[in-house]
Amino acid sequence: MTQVAKEAWSPGGAEYDAVLSELRDMVQACMQCGTCTASCPNGAFMDITPRQMWRMVQFGMIDEILDSRTYWYCSSCYTCTMRCPRGLKLTSAMAALKRLAQLSDGAGRRNGAFYSSFMDNVETYGRTQETMLMQNYFLRRRDPMLPLKFLPLGLRMLGKGKLHPPKGDCKGRLGPMFARAREMEGRS
Amino acid sequence: MTFAYYPGCSLVESAREFDVSVRAVLERFDVEFQEIPDWTCCGASAAESVSHLMNYALPARNLAIVEREMDGVDVIAPCSACYLNLLKVDREVVGDRVLHGKVNEVLAASGLSYSGGVRVRHLLDILLNEVGAEIIRQRVVDPLEGMKVAPYYGCQILRPYSVFDNPRQPSSMTPILEALGAEVHEWDMGARCCGASLMATHQEAALESVAAILSAAEGAEAVVTVCPMCQMNLDAYQPQAVRVGGRRVPVLYLSQLMGLALGMSQEDMLVGQTMSVTETAKKRMRDKAWRVQEPSGESAEEPVGADG
Ligand code: SF4
Ligand code: SF4
Repeated sequence: MTQVAKEAWSPGGAEYDAVLSELRDMVQACMQCGTCTASCPNGAFMDITPRQMWRMVQFGMIDEILDSRTYWYCSSCYTCTMRCPRGLKLTSAMAALKRLAQLSDGAGRRNGAFYSSFMDNVETYGRTQETMLMQNYFLRRRDPMLPLKFLPLGLRMLGKGKLHPPKGDCKGRLGPMFARAREMEGRS
Repeated sequence: MTFAYYPGCSLVESAREFDVSVRAVLERFDVEFQEIPDWTCCGASAAESVSHLMNYALPARNLAIVEREMDGVDVIAPCSACYLNLLKVDREVVGDRVLHGKVNEVLAASGLSYSGGVRVRHLLDILLNEVGAEIIRQRVVDPLEGMKVAPYYGCQILRPYSVFDNPRQPSSMTPILEALGAEVHEWDMGARCCGASLMATHQEAALESVAAILSAAEGAEAVVTVCPMCQMNLDAYQPQAVRVGGRRVPVLYLSQLMGLALGMSQEDMLVGQTMSVTETAKKRMRDKAWRVQEPSGESAEEPVGADG
């Protein structure tokens, strides 16, 4: 089954619309209390506050949303999700925004490079192979300075015996599942 | 009671010391466990940002194997991200007919299906509620008397589902640390996020969180964690975090510390693999240096950038 061709997650269209409407449903009940904004440990790095972001989703301000860097700074800490008085799944909404951006344009794909590299890595090896993951990530980001930033760490990890060549134990094991999910998400 | 053990990718890659110490500690307490055959990645904190379905199908695959091949025993997940992903299947897929159907359709591509009967437990839950502080106390042969330890819980073990601890003021490590003879460092950073994958994508944000956590550990001999991602962020990036206000402190796994108190050696617990553990820190742990009053101003810490 590993011969299934790898392609982009979806050429936009149906999936794009599906994610957007899923998002609207997720935050529809927001009452703009601002608890999520006040709880976010990464709020200082965001250009639009989480509370404002949900308002914009309700209004369908798609271009402004995608231009924002807010959702890229979500570290999935679930603090907002836990505290929202309306019980909204805000961490999942942030993840959905990341998905939406990756479907939209080159900038979105570049920003999402880590996540998509991670998933490629899992699809190929079945289990994460950390060294290959970082190499793939660097390639996708096309930022020649980026590997240098991680070089000292890489060397220290090497020194501590923490880096390993990729193993083949579960190679290709997840290929069929990935292919099926891609097919299903493209048409839903 | 036998458990299905799900190490997760980190524990067979860069966090091998976690795997080794967890197995050793569970064996000491006669907890029987068997690695899930042919387990695969749970999707970590990346899957949800790429594919809604794979976010659930990746962890569900492992549970499906436990259900089919291991008679549906409880799962032990030592990594907090793995724990949450596996738990999410239970909380969000099972009971949602549409989503459950879709997830099973994805699993069917590998000849699997999951009906929903497997219970997912974090290592800390097992230590606290299956082993228990009393048994731990009885087995300690080399108590960490007077060692001040800062318990760091991170996010995904506590949130969004509070299963065995209070996500606002977590305290499940306290009875265990006290059973080991250690003192708990009082701080309010135990549940603060370490930045998770922002360390790879937006390092400036993650470093700020890490620096805040490390500096709040002032006065502690070590920070202990139960998650390989938290450990990596707090441990490996200390040189950069120190430049933005952090301080150097050894960041160990709870299981490593338990192993030491149970009489296992630093070598057995792979303490040397931890980047923030300097030779001085190793010696302090061996000699239990914290038991003698240190003359003021004579810190045993090494200067920034001097570790190996
Ligand atoms: S905490 Fe919930 S209700 Fe309040 S602003 Fe945020 S999303 Fe809206
Ligand atoms: S889950 Fe994301 S948006 Fe919510 S508080 Fe945490 S970092 Fe902020």
